[in-house]
Amino acid sequence: MLIRKYPSVLIFLAVLAIFTLVVTIMSQAYGTGAIPTSTVKLFGKTLCLALAALAMDLVWGYAGILSLGHMAFFALGGYMIGMWLMYARTEEIVTATLANAPIPATPDEVQQGIAGQIFGVVGSTDLPLTWTFAGDLKIQLLLVLLVPGLFAFLFGWLAFRSRVNGVYLSILTQAMTLALALWLFQNDSGFRGNNGLSGLQNIPGLTDVPQSTISIWFLWASALALGLAYILASWLVSGKFGSVIRAIRDDEARVRFLGYSVEGYKLFIFTLTAMICAIAGALYYPQAGIINPAELAPIASIYLAVWVAIGGRGRLYGAVIGAIFVSLLSSWFTGGKAPDGNLGFYTINWVDWWQVLLGVAFVLVTLFAPRGLSSIIDAVAGLRHPMRRGKDLGPDLGALREKEAEA
Amino acid sequence: MSDLLEVSGISKSFDGFKAINNLSFSIAEAELRAIIGPNGAGKTTFMDIVTGKTRPDEGQVRWGETSRSLLKMSEAQIAREGIGRKFQRPTVFEDQSVADNLTMALKAPRGAFSVLVWKAGKASRARVEELAAEVGLAEQLHRKAGELSHGQKQWLEIGMLLAQEPRLLLVDEPAAGMTLAEREQTTTLLKRLAETRAVVVVEHDMEFVRRLNCKVTVLHQGAVLAEGSLDHVSANSDVIEVYLGR
Repeated sequence: MLIRKYPSVLIFLAVLAIFTLVVTIMSQAYGTGAIPTSTVKLFGKTLCLALAALAMDLVWGYAGILSLGHMAFFALGGYMIGMWLMYARTEEIVTATLANAPIPATPDEVQQGIAGQIFGVVGSTDLPLTWTFAGDLKIQLLLVLLVPGLFAFLFGWLAFRSRVNGVYLSILTQAMTLALALWLFQNDSGFRGNNGLSGLQNIPGLTDVPQSTISIWFLWASALALGLAYILASWLVSGKFGSVIRAIRDDEARVRFLGYSVEGYKLFIFTLTAMICAIAGALYYPQAGIINPAELAPIASIYLAVWVAIGGRGRLYGAVIGAIFVSLLSSWFTGGKAPDGNLGFYTINWVDWWQVLLGVAFVLVTLFAPRGLSSIIDAVAGLRHPMRRGKDLGPDLGALREKEAEA
Repeated sequence: MSDLLEVSGISKSFDGFKAINNLSFSIAEAELRAIIGPNGAGKTTFMDIVTGKTRPDEGQVRWGETSRSLLKMSEAQIAREGIGRKFQRPTVFEDQSVADNLTMALKAPRGAFSVLVWKAGKASRARVEELAAEVGLAEQLHRKAGELSHGQKQWLEIGMLLAQEPRLLLVDEPAAGMTLAEREQTTTLLKRLAETRAVVVVEHDMEFVRRLNCKVTVLHQGAVLAEGSLDHVSANSDVIEVYLGR
């Protein structure tokens, strides 16, 4: 049923599988070594960003909620897994050091050692209450879902119940992510202030496994998560649920009079996408190696919206294509690899000019290709959109009916 | 016969302007009723209050056998109770097919989780086809609602209302923008619907109201001015002065 309605699911999964396979056989760990480990990590991280963009497309492109705070959930997921990575890794080191002491260390001493190692940088030696479960991977993995999920639920419940809509809701979500970032920046909030969590690429218990291998494992995990989320998202939008959320996007008052609780649906999709973002973040930051409160800056969430807009919102593959295309291009330009543009009188340094280029691209796409990059795919697939320009299509057989309008 | 909807003594003012002023109204289980009145008489505000979009400053709105108050309920809850509303301008979901529009309106559990696991079955598909046939859109099932003509959109919206199986139907100016033949069809449909449920028609057009041949309530300045058959209210001197005389 799902496949019949959305044949793109199969194509997407096939492309994703082939990509993962090709990277694997060209990697240093499992193949020829043509692709350096840093590039494998870049690919893995990009897949995580694509996963976040997929969630953004669900919440914005389908349900019409322009959230400019979803990267906060992404970062929260990263923080939750980062806590375990840092704690468990420090525990290994501290235990190894204390093993040389003449008297065996008590658990209290071990914990104090860990706290001193982690929080010495912000002038504290006590483990904050928030780190109570940091040593337990299972609980911390659960918190990856629960903390952002609960946070999104409470925020959404307050906002949607008061019927905050449109641009006001966007501003509110920005305020939320900014407030969270400012809070995390404080040294005494228990997350190492502006130092953030670091050394996340070292996986506890896998110290002997080289980074080249770990990077491939994370690539697989990221690809798997993206594939599963894509199936879930396609299933969500294909049935009656998809109909209802698209209807909410287009005319929410009418949906209310049909008897659907609009607030409940918005809350559901907002919380679900927050949790998908959190999973993406939990896979991203071990590959990035470091997370700090700057990751929650509002600009990060705006980028997410830009990716989805450039890729094409209201299309699941559009979001993925947009995120991959723009973020890879972005790292190419800002990584200093792009040749400088020599105009004779002025040399364009792309590190500086990339933002301008992205801004112009965003404006152009919004004006001339509302479906973004996915309109290329639409053109190939022969889909056409009704260009009614506000008018009705013709009432009778002779008039323009745009039968071919599938999208 | 007991009343299905009983509105008593409601008032609502917007910035000091009394849109509804101590209005009382009731309608029985299977009854067709027309509400007429000049612009600003409070027709739309009245419908907003019944459907939960607007809360009255005072008064009561009671519903059904148990006379439950509707004032504490949200729009969605009221709709689930069985009050359907047809807007003046056709509001269908233009981006989705006729079948999707009808499926969404079908009477079924409305919670997010039940909708998530809901699957189109033989029964629901047959019902959608039946509804589409009833409103003359059987051939258009897979077209986008946005491609339909104005009249067809009106019919689709009526089909969606039927799919909801409401016990009370509030219809705002159904004849607006319809051709003569379409009006004829609409009159027949409304009359037939009123055999099994309550139907309230808000209308400007006296000719259309005459065709409905039902009890008429005349609103003026937020209150009921007269009530009775069309001939009866037409003879009322107050009504002639404020509405018909002009």
